[in-house]
Amino acid sequence: MSKIHISCTINGEPQEFLCEARQSLLEVLREDLGFTGTKEGCNDGNCGACSITLDGVLVDSCLVLAVEAEGKQIVTVEGVAGPDGLHPLQQKFLEHAGLQCGICTPGFLVASKALLEANPNPTEHEVRHWLAGNLCRCTGYDKIVRAVLDAAGQEN
Amino acid sequence: MKDFEYTAPATLRDAVKLLAEKGENARVLAGGTDLIVQMRGRRYQPERVVDIKKIPEVNELTFSPRKGLRIGAAVPCHIIYHNSDVIERYPGIVDAAMIIGGIQIQGRATLGGNLCNASPSADSIPALIAYGAIAEIQGPQGKRKIPVEEFCVSPGRNALQPGEMLVCIQIPQSKSNTGAHYLRFIPRNEMDIAVVGVGACVELAGRGKAQTFKRVRIALAAVGPTPIFASAAGASLEGQSVSEESILAAAEAAKSVAKPISDMRGPAEYRTHLVGVLTKRALIGAVKRARGEHVPNAVQEHESAHPVYTLS
Ligand SMILES: Cc1cc2nc3c(=O)[nH]c(=O)nc-3n(C[C@H](O)[C@H](O)[C@H](O)COP(=O)(O)OP(=O)(O)OC[C@H]3O[C@@H](n4cnc5c(N)ncnc54)[C@H](O)[C@@H]3O)c2cc1C
Ligand code: FES
Ligand code: FES
Repeated sequence: MSKIHISCTINGEPQEFLCEARQSLLEVLREDLGFTGTKEGCNDGNCGACSITLDGVLVDSCLVLAVEAEGKQIVTVEGVAGPDGLHPLQQKFLEHAGLQCGICTPGFLVASKALLEANPNPTEHEVRHWLAGNLCRCTGYDKIVRAVLDAAGQEN
Repeated sequence: MKDFEYTAPATLRDAVKLLAEKGENARVLAGGTDLIVQMRGRRYQPERVVDIKKIPEVNELTFSPRKGLRIGAAVPCHIIYHNSDVIERYPGIVDAAMIIGGIQIQGRATLGGNLCNASPSADSIPALIAYGAIAEIQGPQGKRKIPVEEFCVSPGRNALQPGEMLVCIQIPQSKSNTGAHYLRFIPRNEMDIAVVGVGACVELAGRGKAQTFKRVRIALAAVGPTPIFASAAGASLEGQSVSEESILAAAEAAKSVAKPISDMRGPAEYRTHLVGVLTKRALIGAVKRARGEHVPNAVQEHESAHPVYTLS
């Protein structure tokens, strides 16, 4: 079928692309637009590796059609760091060794950033609950949770 | 995923037309958290997908004392459980909306999609049935309404005819002395499919020792081919005094209508046992809420140091 023209913004920059209706936003981000920071783990909504925000709402990009991006503001992991360097969350993930193989990390960073925007001072329980849709096979989660709690302290 | 025609109509009339033209070969897209997975797995290979999120009526979430709550079919869970009217007046809906998937899923998943997907384990359906919710449907011939307990007909099949779509879910006004609670059992804290789920809504009459049940509705998830409305179990409580004893009898009655299968989530006997446990807890939670006491949902549960599921 013919390709569909989409305009949106990605990490604050206007973007235009052509896609097929069957393509997920994850597929277009990675394969057509070069935003390979967003990872594919399960491709069915269970692992959170593909987390992005869509108009400020945290979602799994494997469960969004690329055509649904029309007119939307998308933020990927590439948009987490600021102009002056790493985001406090990224810094704390490094300090606390909150990553090993790293495939889950972009998803955790995007999800954690959305958490701190919604709730700047989360309890440990709130962090664990919010991040339940992100799976990590390496760290055992504890270091990730410590990193997020530490970054939360810093943000204020 | 097979390619398809993507449409995003701006009116109900256009949506129904687009659906009716293709019959079984068209599917509605709400949050896509079931549909996109099902298209990828080739369970559905529609020729046309009708995204309803641009239609104003299905994005409405409104409360009025006379008409109750209207939840548009495209309103995602995170909007529902942050809405102050829902939090204050329909806590049983919050219980369910907060446990559908994780935060990412709740950013997209709708209660309309949860209902239309007609899974026996869908978390919102027992809560909706307990509240006496009505599904408002639009089709080529106009509007019709059916009670939510009649909406699911078999696993994955609902009462919609080709060309029809769900517009909204209406929940009647919340009377004072009314409370509801939905609970499910899963082996982890989040992100799992219900082994059993139970929703209950109670309206009480009188106070103190003389307090009785006036109206009770109980519904069960994951113990039959569709969500089950345990109407006799609820009716058995009406006129009875509010006591542990009457509640346990209703829990037994709920067990007797459960028709679970054995699968990887648990054997049938275990599921039947859980129906008893969760019905008791859902009823106690509903009674407490009807009395104005705070009953935490699954997300807040750890905050409570006191045993929640005993009557004071
Ligand atoms: C990782 C993960 C975890 C999940 N966890 C849970 C859970 O804990 N509990 C639970 O109950 N579910 C869970 N689900 C299933 C799913 O998220 C829910 O059923 C959700 O509510 C579906 O809503 P949706 O808006 O995404 O529906 P969609 O996927 O858009 O639609 C679902 C189905 O209903 C049809 N449909 C949707 N809207 C309409 C309408 N208005 N009129 C007619 N037909 C319509 C669609 O064509 C499709 O067949 C989970 C899913 C995933 C991927
Ligand atoms: S790749 Fe999207 S949730 Fe796993
Ligand atoms: S660091 Fe390897 S999966 Fe999380």
